[in-house]
Amino acid sequence: MAQEIGQAIAAGILGGGVYALMAAGLTLVFGVLDIINVAQGILVVLGAYLSYALSVHLHIDLLVGLLITVPAMFVLGVLIYWLFIRPLRGAERTSMTLLACFAVALIIEGVLYREFGSGYVYLNAWYTTSSVHIFDFYLADIYLIGFGLAVVAIGALYLILYRTTFGRAVRATMQNQAAARLIGIDVNRVSALTFGIATAVTAIGGMVYGAISGGFTPNSGYDLISRLLAIVILAGMGSIGGALAAAVFMTTAEALVDIWQPDWSVAVFYLAMVIILTVRPTGLFGRRAARAQ
Amino acid sequence: MTASTVPAAGRGAGLLTRGAGLLALTAAIAVFPLVFTNPTVTSFGVITLIFVAVAAAWNIFSGFSGYLSLGHAVFYGTGAYFLCVAAQDWNLTGAAIFWLLPLAGVAAAVIAVPLGLIALRVRRHTFVVITIAFFFIAQLSASNLSVTGGSSGLLVPAPNWASATYNNPFYYVAMIIAALTVALSWLVRRSRFGLQLRAISDDEDRAAGLGVRAMPVKLTALVLSAFITGMAGALWVYFIGEAFPQFVFDPLFDLAIVLMAFFGGLGTLAGPVLGALVLEPTQLYLTQQTSGYESEILFGALFLVVILFLPRGVLPTGAEYLVAGRERLRRRRDQGSAPGASGGASGGAADGASGGAPGGAGGGAAARPAAGGAS
Repeated sequence: MAQEIGQAIAAGILGGGVYALMAAGLTLVFGVLDIINVAQGILVVLGAYLSYALSVHLHIDLLVGLLITVPAMFVLGVLIYWLFIRPLRGAERTSMTLLACFAVALIIEGVLYREFGSGYVYLNAWYTTSSVHIFDFYLADIYLIGFGLAVVAIGALYLILYRTTFGRAVRATMQNQAAARLIGIDVNRVSALTFGIATAVTAIGGMVYGAISGGFTPNSGYDLISRLLAIVILAGMGSIGGALAAAVFMTTAEALVDIWQPDWSVAVFYLAMVIILTVRPTGLFGRRAARAQ
Repeated sequence: MTASTVPAAGRGAGLLTRGAGLLALTAAIAVFPLVFTNPTVTSFGVITLIFVAVAAAWNIFSGFSGYLSLGHAVFYGTGAYFLCVAAQDWNLTGAAIFWLLPLAGVAAAVIAVPLGLIALRVRRHTFVVITIAFFFIAQLSASNLSVTGGSSGLLVPAPNWASATYNNPFYYVAMIIAALTVALSWLVRRSRFGLQLRAISDDEDRAAGLGVRAMPVKLTALVLSAFITGMAGALWVYFIGEAFPQFVFDPLFDLAIVLMAFFGGLGTLAGPVLGALVLEPTQLYLTQQTSGYESEILFGALFLVVILFLPRGVLPTGAEYLVAGRERLRRRRDQGSAPGASGGASGGAADGASGGAPGGAGGGAAARPAAGGAS
């Protein structure tokens, strides 16, 4: 039993890193743009399909393929922002952007069905099936790689946000858009780039998700987005570090419950979110009044 | 109070035209299945009317209060599963099952109370996300609980009605529910309760400061909305004949009703009805004519077009365009009369060619009825 619990905790921590990687884009976009990008789930799946297409048709290794999918998804993110989010203004902006993202998600899902069909698809490489034996635990290589990528990507996000001029502009926009505009920040440009970076990070999350999920379909986006939203809400929207903590907490809890109640382990995610929000509506690490309306 | 300031005759005439229009629409909907007897067409009619009811019910809560719910499928599904289980346990068949609909509504309303008490504590984004989370909890429960039959689903005994007119009872029950829902939205909107809801939508803190007890008001609206949605879900499942978790709790359902309300005009009376009457048959037709993914792409694209170009819905934005067009026309006429008649005429022709406001000689006459419609 102790062995099982230890294994579950290890898997939970590693899986949490992967979820944090997928949720990073969501929380970044929320923090800067005040937008709930409900297309995040399908963007993760899109990233997975892009890696799949490269590995099957062009025989490009999954990790090497990231050199192509990350810039491609960056461009896609900038385009989505520029075409569909930027024109939305006015009092209803919040709900309109949410709906616009939903529409984008529908279109991407439709295109994925069209190109890849509705069957399960798997990502394969030599490291997706092997595992290492550390102490008493068997840890799948792909989880370790995923966790490593998550640490690198989230670290890079932190460097961009806190060590560059662009990052300053992003954080200024986060704090107060009107004031940022006043001191000469091109808010539209910052927003477009942020959306692009968030989507680019999602490409990495997508590849790892595709490799660890044990098969995915265009429909997988729905399950993903609800989990990612639960993580981001639990963390408090806009907090990337919080997202990492929340993701690790959620996946560990899920893995532990899974030992006894496999059917209900997913519910832990949502129940934890509901309970915490009842006690603390801004989430665990949320900023207070600024976003409270 | 303000009624006495409006000329009684003008108000009466406006009510009369509107009443006549409503009556004509109701009559047209009522005779529809008698004229178009093709079962495919009438089944589209049943589903469309169910969505009219659901979209109007969603609007009573979300449209009036400003709290966007993406979890109404929870109430729809609760009603649906209630009907399946109750019909089975009480051995009901045929038309008797229709009597379960109000009970199914009550079941959904009962579910709405705890959900509302939790979700209505938070606002904006967080509220939307919580409703999505409730939706997924409900879907998960339906797949895992024994009472819902899990993923193998439940069946409702199909009535043994003649196949030629099989859809008609469903059609008229759906029509009654839809009509009652529209009447209820009208009552809510003109009541004190409706005013309180719209005050919450505008600025909740200020409304609370002015003495609106926000929580009971919001919760009442949610429960009302859930009651109707539950009835509609029960009718839908009886019509379809089977309940599976992934169809009863369908994320596209939530999206569809939101789109309908936005398409017609959020928070207006006629908007959601118009949205449902236009979009649901379109979607059903697309799904039938094309493969699933093509309809999904088209639906998403349509959604984007509505959001980008008709941000507040067809009815309000349309009225604005009409007013703006009339204004432009008047200005052009004023300008045109100064330099001479020929300049004015060419301006009118260019206007007509660009497809803007109704230009040319008939412009004045065409704009007048629009004024009645917008006011």
